[in-house]
Amino acid sequence: MSANGSGIGASVKRKEDNRFLTGRGRYTDDINLPGQLYGHILRSPVAHANIGGIDTSAAEAAPGVHAVFTGKDMEGVGGIPTGWLIHSKDGSPMVEPAHPALALGKVRYVGDCVAIVVAESREQAKEAANLVEVDYQELPAVASIEAAEAEGAAAVFDEASNNVCYDWEVGDRAATDAAFDEATHVVSIDVVNNRLIPNAIEPRAAIANYDPATGDYTLYTTSQNPHLVRLLLGAFVLGLPEHKLRIVAPDVGGGFGSKIPHYAEEAILTWTAGQLGRPVKWTCERIDAFKSDTHGRDHISTARLALDADGTFLGLHVSTKANLGAYLSTFATCVPTYLYGILFAGPYTTPAVYCEVKSFFTNTVPVDALRGAGRPEATYLLERLVEKAAVELGMDRVEIRRKNFIREFPYQTPVALQYDLGDYDATLDLALEASDWAGFEARRAESAARGKCRGIGISTFIEACGIAPSAVVGSLGARAGLYESGSVRVHPTGSVSVFTGTHSHGQGHETTFAQIVSDMLGVDFDAVDVVHGDSAKIPFGMGTYGSRSLAVGGTAIYLAVEKVIEKGKKIAAHLLEAAVEDIEFENGSFTVAGTDRSKSIGEVALTAYVPHNYPEGLEPGLEETAFYDPLNFTFPAGTHIAEVEVDPETGEVDVVAVTGADDVGRVINPMIVAGQLHGGLAHGIGQALLEECLYQEDGQLQTGSYLDYTMPRAADLPSFSINHNTTLCTHNPLGVKGVGEVGSIGVPPAVINAVIDALRPLGVNDMAMPATSQRVWQAIQQAQG
Amino acid sequence: MPSVTMTVNGMERSGTVEGRTLLVDFLREHLGLTGTHIGCDTSQCGACVVHVNGTSVKSCTCLAAQADGAEVTTIEGLANGTELHPMQEAFREHHGLQCGFCTPGMVMSAVDLASRNADPSEHEVREWLEGNLCRCTGYHNIVTAVRAGAKAMGGGS
Repeated sequence: MSANGSGIGASVKRKEDNRFLTGRGRYTDDINLPGQLYGHILRSPVAHANIGGIDTSAAEAAPGVHAVFTGKDMEGVGGIPTGWLIHSKDGSPMVEPAHPALALGKVRYVGDCVAIVVAESREQAKEAANLVEVDYQELPAVASIEAAEAEGAAAVFDEASNNVCYDWEVGDRAATDAAFDEATHVVSIDVVNNRLIPNAIEPRAAIANYDPATGDYTLYTTSQNPHLVRLLLGAFVLGLPEHKLRIVAPDVGGGFGSKIPHYAEEAILTWTAGQLGRPVKWTCERIDAFKSDTHGRDHISTARLALDADGTFLGLHVSTKANLGAYLSTFATCVPTYLYGILFAGPYTTPAVYCEVKSFFTNTVPVDALRGAGRPEATYLLERLVEKAAVELGMDRVEIRRKNFIREFPYQTPVALQYDLGDYDATLDLALEASDWAGFEARRAESAARGKCRGIGISTFIEACGIAPSAVVGSLGARAGLYESGSVRVHPTGSVSVFTGTHSHGQGHETTFAQIVSDMLGVDFDAVDVVHGDSAKIPFGMGTYGSRSLAVGGTAIYLAVEKVIEKGKKIAAHLLEAAVEDIEFENGSFTVAGTDRSKSIGEVALTAYVPHNYPEGLEPGLEETAFYDPLNFTFPAGTHIAEVEVDPETGEVDVVAVTGADDVGRVINPMIVAGQLHGGLAHGIGQALLEECLYQEDGQLQTGSYLDYTMPRAADLPSFSINHNTTLCTHNPLGVKGVGEVGSIGVPPAVINAVIDALRPLGVNDMAMPATSQRVWQAIQQAQG
Repeated sequence: MPSVTMTVNGMERSGTVEGRTLLVDFLREHLGLTGTHIGCDTSQCGACVVHVNGTSVKSCTCLAAQADGAEVTTIEGLANGTELHPMQEAFREHHGLQCGFCTPGMVMSAVDLASRNADPSEHEVREWLEGNLCRCTGYHNIVTAVRAGAKAMGGGS
């Protein structure tokens, strides 16, 4: 591979931008089908209640209304499935209650789907929904982990004793206990990982259509993984075979994990379209998005770190309680387990690690993946604890990290993962230099002169992306494979269509993947188009989450291109009257080694489709598909440093500088990679300082609009310093790792460590997320007595 | 039901609307101008920003009837044929967009800022954009793009 103007390593401007910048993107709500009706989802206004009865007669008689359906109408339809079976410590399977698409007999959270009202217009459907009479017989609600585990707590599900879904563990408990027995120092910490609401700016939407002539269903939906929706909706909910169910995820306005799950609304819409024989459209209003898009995080943890006299880590013990919400969403059960507990070695050589996680049902919105999904929770806990250890032992907080870094690879951690390669010193050094760590005390003094408290915080971390391989995740309870497909179709005139099972909802796949193919085939960047998001066009796919698209999906494309080249060599050898082994391919030309005799990729493609002079026995056409199942996770790593200035009078925290030094593997498009890092950092700073989902005790959502839930705005954030040190992933041919979640994983502990560093002179030694001005001010007041 | 007439992207457009019909719904549903997006219901996100008589307005806070007789410009009306407006070009050049959903509102809001301030500082851009939410970019590249776009516009619109 050689970098050219638009090849691998170039900051090519994005193919997708022209349509987005001119208002010609095609998002789900922009699509209208002839004869479409509008569905309005009636949601539960209470957190927990028996449904005594539902009277739909007034709504059915309202102007423009075609139908009202409730849970009883959908009773024969399958429930919404979950994708990962977790086993508890004692070997028993998790409690897996039914999740009817429309509530049946009971509602379990504010926002639970109760009925769909279908009418000629959006307004008519919404107004008629007000006429549906539901007899809610309220029950006590459990709206938090503390409430769920309390003595005598109400049961979200009768079958889940004490509201526990599973009680899981990873690591060697006995070895970890032994490490603590030998420790000179033990440092403990209690942390809460605040519950977040994802808030992609495009609200979810869907349009379902049923064609009675063919029996085909089509669902347009705001999904990160259309094939996964097809699998779950078709095989588990509606009982439709794949060839009769097409899922289209067109332009999607951000996902961040919240558009991974197969949602009840997708099933309700598709089933309703089948009942009525008309297209049915639904667009979620923001107020409903707050109470129906899956939420993220929500952990309570306590952890202990065992150290010897000189600060070497000997053992780590983590106990976590996780909130899963009212039903098990698609990836809900694996986020606090296999995307969390196995991260606790971090970048450190801690020889004994043990993590136990007890997960609870509550009367809240289902919790699922959110940018980072488990890895931010693990990183936050570990980096807060390491920082605290440095302070308690009187060690330099950089040196305690450096002292414990892993330096020999491959490295088998005590919690299942095997890291292939990394250079944690390099990213640490880079970050220290880029942030002028050494010059910090002068800046602290300058701030102090202005009456401000300045602090600096650091986080050194690893993450795990592209979860795989399928056989391993299958043995751990995954109910799907985690491979990816890629197809490369070289057209007769030499232009190329690339088909990927991953989905781009902001990540720029149409550009990055085209760069790879253009570079490998030596065809013009503009002659390569990437197709994604339509189960009728793409052979198969598992979609986009866990920063997997490039490492898994990109590799599938890479392997498909290699197959194209191999076939092209056979055609070229025939045309050039040479042996296949003598054909070399470079820069778009098949050449007989050591000669100037060659055929271009365009000539070979034309021959493949007009095979008048063609190798005997070779199929015409030049199109190849590859499925790639990775050998391992990839392991991006890095150091994030945050610098804050706190106003002790008001408690306001100003993030004055954020430096990221990351190893994300080979960078295909530096411009896009920087953008991914920026977005992740903003999300992480949002978690650290601004964002928090709050429920009242009765299960009412307190932070149910942008007036109550603080999203990071432009003025809340600084510009970011982005730096790279690259080690190549050893087990995929591109050497790529993943970048979409790095910021939200690495930066929250750096920010909180900085806030504590700023306030330590005032006697503040702990700080919870989000460090709002109110919380900071109160901590200062308390410390000052 | 009242009928409204307004000039949208240089063309006179009319329609019959309900009194409660919002400008954003008139643009999207009646005129098929789906480039203007709806991201919230509390006038917080700014995905729906258009220009009404040359000023940026959240079209979810404005009734279609209020725009009767007005000059309205949407994201579809910004480019000159196939040539992008300098602000659109700056967003493309500086990767000021990812999923594209907030982008029309961001660009329309930025054009209004640039017509008032040809060389806004980083601080001024960040303050101006307080009514526009983006979840993808962390605003870093949006700020860079708006400053570059404003310079390219040279105080014009």
